Amino acid sequence: MNTQSLQAVLDAGHPVADHRPWPRVVVTPEIWNTLIEGLAGNVWTLLGLWGETGVVHLAVREEASGMLSVASLPCPDGCFPSVGRRHPPAQRLERTIADLMGLHPVGAPDVRPWLDHGRWPVRHPLGAATAPASPVPPYPFLPVEGESLHQIPVGPVHAGIIEPGHFRFTANGEAVARLEQRLGYVHKGIEGLLKGASLEQAAQLAGRISGDSTVAYALAFARAVEAATETEIPARAHWLRALMAELERLAHHCGDIGAICNDAAFALMLAHCAVLREQILRASAACFGHRLLMDSVIPGGVATDLPADGPDILQSLVTGIRRQFPPLVTLYDNTASLQDRTVKTGFVKPALIRQFGCGGYVGRAGGRAFDARRALGYPPYDELKFEVPLRTDSDVNGRVWLRICEVEQSLALIEQILQKLPSGPVGVALNALGRPCEGMALIEGFRGDILVWLRLNSDGTVARCHPRDPSWFQWPLLEAAIEGNIVADFPLCNKSFNGSYSGHDL
Amino acid sequence: MRKLLLQNLWRLPLTIPAPAPSGQALAELGAKVDQAARQRLGRSLAIREVDAGSCNGCELEIHALNNAFYDLERFGFHFVASPRHADVLLVTGPVTTNMREALERTYAAAPDPKWVVAIGDCGRDGGVFAKSYACAGGVAEVIPVDLHIPGCPPAPMQLLEGLLALLQVN
Repeated sequence: MNTQSLQAVLDAGHPVADHRPWPRVVVTPEIWNTLIEGLAGNVWTLLGLWGETGVVHLAVREEASGMLSVASLPCPDGCFPSVGRRHPPAQRLERTIADLMGLHPVGAPDVRPWLDHGRWPVRHPLGAATAPASPVPPYPFLPVEGESLHQIPVGPVHAGIIEPGHFRFTANGEAVARLEQRLGYVHKGIEGLLKGASLEQAAQLAGRISGDSTVAYALAFARAVEAATETEIPARAHWLRALMAELERLAHHCGDIGAICNDAAFALMLAHCAVLREQILRASAACFGHRLLMDSVIPGGVATDLPADGPDILQSLVTGIRRQFPPLVTLYDNTASLQDRTVKTGFVKPALIRQFGCGGYVGRAGGRAFDARRALGYPPYDELKFEVPLRTDSDVNGRVWLRICEVEQSLALIEQILQKLPSGPVGVALNALGRPCEGMALIEGFRGDILVWLRLNSDGTVARCHPRDPSWFQWPLLEAAIEGNIVADFPLCNKSFNGSYSGHDL
Repeated sequence: MRKLLLQNLWRLPLTIPAPAPSGQALAELGAKVDQAARQRLGRSLAIREVDAGSCNGCELEIHALNNAFYDLERFGFHFVASPRHADVLLVTGPVTTNMREALERTYAAAPDPKWVVAIGDCGRDGGVFAKSYACAGGVAEVIPVDLHIPGCPPAPMQLLEGLLALLQVN
């Protein structure tokens, strides 16, 4: 077992200049393998794995020290030692690297394509693009063998108003023996579009990686750009960004709590929670001009300042929710038929949550106390009082309760921000360094921690940008959560995760 | 639960008055929608929503149409789970290459007469994703479109104004 610290391991590599705020180190295959062992032994957590032409990058975090770093392994021959071979959370990321870059993970247990469905006009669109092979063989789903098993294929077009993806259930009567996901249907080629984009275009794209986390993505992108260019933004901009981020969190938590109950046919909760959600979106539009706050966070600050009547609008919103929300929580808690559906449904083993470094409410309902607002304490959260709710029941009910607690925290945060909001400008021009630079940010969206890594060209355009959605480490656990549950409980389990398709498929 | 239900009996409804149908949508529909189809579909329309690669922003606002403020069903619209039950396909997204066939098959599965409404800037021309290798660039590139409701995403009110135009031309 590896007992070295991450710092000690990476000291043996070559640090890269102009990568901020955390170090990036070019490593040898030996160091790479040490990192893999540390990930497999749960000493470090995988934050991201992505490729560029001739190099793969691995972002890891040491839980004990909080140290965060990127290790880069040059692979001139187009091959790198597979991380997924020893650490399963990396498998889908590696399949994506193979699809997009054409880099081959040596020893990978699963070499099926992931995002590439054989329909793009090119192969390896981010690497040495070549013409696609034809005809494309059908996607081989994992075999499931046994008496009286049957398969239920679902999607990509689902029955509700939701994003597309394919779920292949193998069931034994009512019980699910295996769920296998196939994603990639909403792959829009965002990383390709980001290459060479101006910062303005790139910020717009970042805000549309996953429309439900538009503030979170725009914030992660902006912070990565500001880190790369060593730009300090005014205090008021930090606080307004946090205000927007909490409004986004509040809106989705309220909406989803209702939607989860609706998937247990308890429509009353949805009706009431949808009213709360609508009130939040209307207040957001009244304050910042967009219901979902798209394009409100920009590199250098925020696009619009809070208007003079903004604090009153938001304070009455908070007061209203404080009045309307508790009776709904009581209703949820007192309805035995609803609890019957949510308690013990979709249980995820806390060990799996730890292994996958699963963030957000899925992680925190399963005992993993990571919240980027607290763990990294980026401004203004270092000056705000809030708790990080934590549970260990790790079922649908636990995830609902975690979000109920987070609603209360977000309401308190919005009030604190309104009280302490500093005055001053809300934006600043970015520094022009005149040389290539690299930046990175990890922020907490409503769904979990979002990572954005980027390199800017000397003219300020984007050379490469990789956004990593929290869903990468949540989707695989949904496969585990549904095992042994009845097929009819899948919507409940799925909604309690609410993974992003668009953020994952890119 | 009883208290909550009783309170709602006494409270005034949150539902907003019906907006006027969008003039722009009426003009687009007037030119396109066939008279025979109008008569056969009547004023009660079953909608099947298809996400053909959206960022999920449009879906959030389409969802909002069902909340107490907009209450889409009072106009005779309702969302259905299968294209086989649909009169209207509400399509979002720039149509990713990976979703193209699924969209074509959903369109083929919806019985005639049917209308297609392309939602959002992406549905119109691919929006910010138009130039990607992985996108067809707009719903009309793949299936015939009767009405566009632009916006990023269109707010529920804009969606409502556009959809009401579908009833108005009947």
